Amino acid sequence: MVDYVSALSIDFNLIWPEIALLIGASVILLGSISKSFRPVIPAVALISCIVAMLLASQQWGHQGSGFADMVTCDNFGVMFKQIFLIASIVTLFLGFRYLKVKGLNRPEYYALILFSTAGMMVMANTADLVVMFLGLEIMSLPLYVLAGFNRRSLESSEAGIKYFLMGAFATAFLLMGIAFIYGAAETTNLRRIVTNFSYIAYDYNSTAIYFYSGIALTLIGFGFKIAAVPFHSWVPDVYQGAPTPVTAFFSVAPKAAGFAVMLRIFVFGLSGVELLTTAFWVLAVLTMSVGNILALRQDNVKRMLAYSSISHAGYILVAMTVGGADAVSSAIFYLVAYTMFNLGAFAVVTVMETRSGCRSEFSELTGLSKVHPYLAAILALFMFALSGFPPTAGFLGKFYIFSAAVHKGFIWLAVIGVMNSFVSVYYYLRVIKTAYFDEVKGKVTPVVLSPTVIIALIITALGTLGLGFFPQQLLEFSQAAIFGMP
Amino acid sequence: MSEYLSVLIFAVTGAAIVLFTFFISKLIRPHNPYPEKGVTYECAEDAIGDSWIRFNPRFYIFALIFVIFDVEVIFLFPWAVAFGELGLFALVEMVIFILILFFGLFYAWKKGVLKWV
Repeated sequence: MVDYVSALSIDFNLIWPEIALLIGASVILLGSISKSFRPVIPAVALISCIVAMLLASQQWGHQGSGFADMVTCDNFGVMFKQIFLIASIVTLFLGFRYLKVKGLNRPEYYALILFSTAGMMVMANTADLVVMFLGLEIMSLPLYVLAGFNRRSLESSEAGIKYFLMGAFATAFLLMGIAFIYGAAETTNLRRIVTNFSYIAYDYNSTAIYFYSGIALTLIGFGFKIAAVPFHSWVPDVYQGAPTPVTAFFSVAPKAAGFAVMLRIFVFGLSGVELLTTAFWVLAVLTMSVGNILALRQDNVKRMLAYSSISHAGYILVAMTVGGADAVSSAIFYLVAYTMFNLGAFAVVTVMETRSGCRSEFSELTGLSKVHPYLAAILALFMFALSGFPPTAGFLGKFYIFSAAVHKGFIWLAVIGVMNSFVSVYYYLRVIKTAYFDEVKGKVTPVVLSPTVIIALIITALGTLGLGFFPQQLLEFSQAAIFGMP
Repeated sequence: MSEYLSVLIFAVTGAAIVLFTFFISKLIRPHNPYPEKGVTYECAEDAIGDSWIRFNPRFYIFALIFVIFDVEVIFLFPWAVAFGELGLFALVEMVIFILILFFGLFYAWKKGVLKWV
């Protein structure tokens, strides 16, 4: 008898949160067969998310790896797991009424969100390229289905197909990159790649070429996932076509998962590669500028938010360019803050879209402040946060990133970032102007605020304001998350 | 260098022979196109429709469900070979694995995808 449990170091404590989500999703799928089980399905989804959250909190402070070094559990991973879970909980709340109104109330929505979140958690929970890829696929496949969830709508089907084709294309790049890196470094484990890297990099023969092309291809693959320019072309159509709660999920969770993996590989792992700094510099500037400039011309709120989410990825890329503890902890802070206010902005759009025939054009926001003063106020709050006004979390997030950039000597990058931030004020404030000051034509149809959406709005608004007033706690968490990372 | 030179000569000669043959056949062949020549060859019968037809998407779901069992077998074989040495823990793990796959099949079955209407 071979004791392979200890030989492979199988330790289920490392993956309980993922298991909790998968059990929840399986129960939902099996239960969906019986009609009487259907009403409790959202509750099952919510409970498994909360259980996963508690289990993940238990992992805080424990460092360990297992399953033959395929799974690595650390504070960094736990931090990101919490971000994914917050995003999916808010998405569950958002979907509840929207799906009913749009005639999409199928149990698969909840199961797919849980499966996708489990995939993201696998991505954050490993330091092995193959397992990262596995997690990426577990995350992406449900997302393709979710994008085309509204089968009867042409736009939604288009979004699903587009996202699938572009995603599959990006996956091919990523896999090729991993293969090259494996060929050069002879391992897929990130820590061993870093040890081998020191002699590969100065070995100016074919090995180094394969290694660098591997890195470049991997960067392209993840660039698609975080929607960095020039790999962003799928974003506006997919974001506009997908059902709005799903778009809200798209704009935060997969992006955070992509950044989790990129931070691990490129910032913690391969910090010694000078070419990468240049590559990230260019990517950051392009992503910020192109996202902001294209957002200026949009007349559809969902499309505008799609371009704005591209530009926000650019700000986080600034932090990745800079590198070092300050920048990375500010990137994590920004990701949490961005999750809050971007989900909030999409929550308001979701509420607006539950009116029949609403296509979330700017013009449909007119008169919002008269009919729903509280909703208009909360929309204004999220727009101020997105554009980075104090005292919201958006201001502090940008402040930390740009000050880290200036301290490390990336002054021009910070200047370009701040300029972009100014440009973005125009289109965010345009939303507020339309909702408050534009003349109302005809009668404004009131919207129904269901309790679930109100909960989602309260969570995101409290997060946006709370992080703005009391950032200290989260900053300490994000510093603890990267403490001891290589 | 000389080895590569022979490869180059070989490639050039090969291409030249092919081009030459095409040129000669162009000179001596009769030139008489008519529509039937462009039709798909179907055992000397008149072709029924195009070969670029739409396939029923149901094939795809059946193929997908087949993949479930395909993957199952890939994992079952090495497990079965080493079963004597692995013991109870591996048995439990494999039962869980098969159960999860069975859940998937059961779900698909209840959703009616196995019915060919």
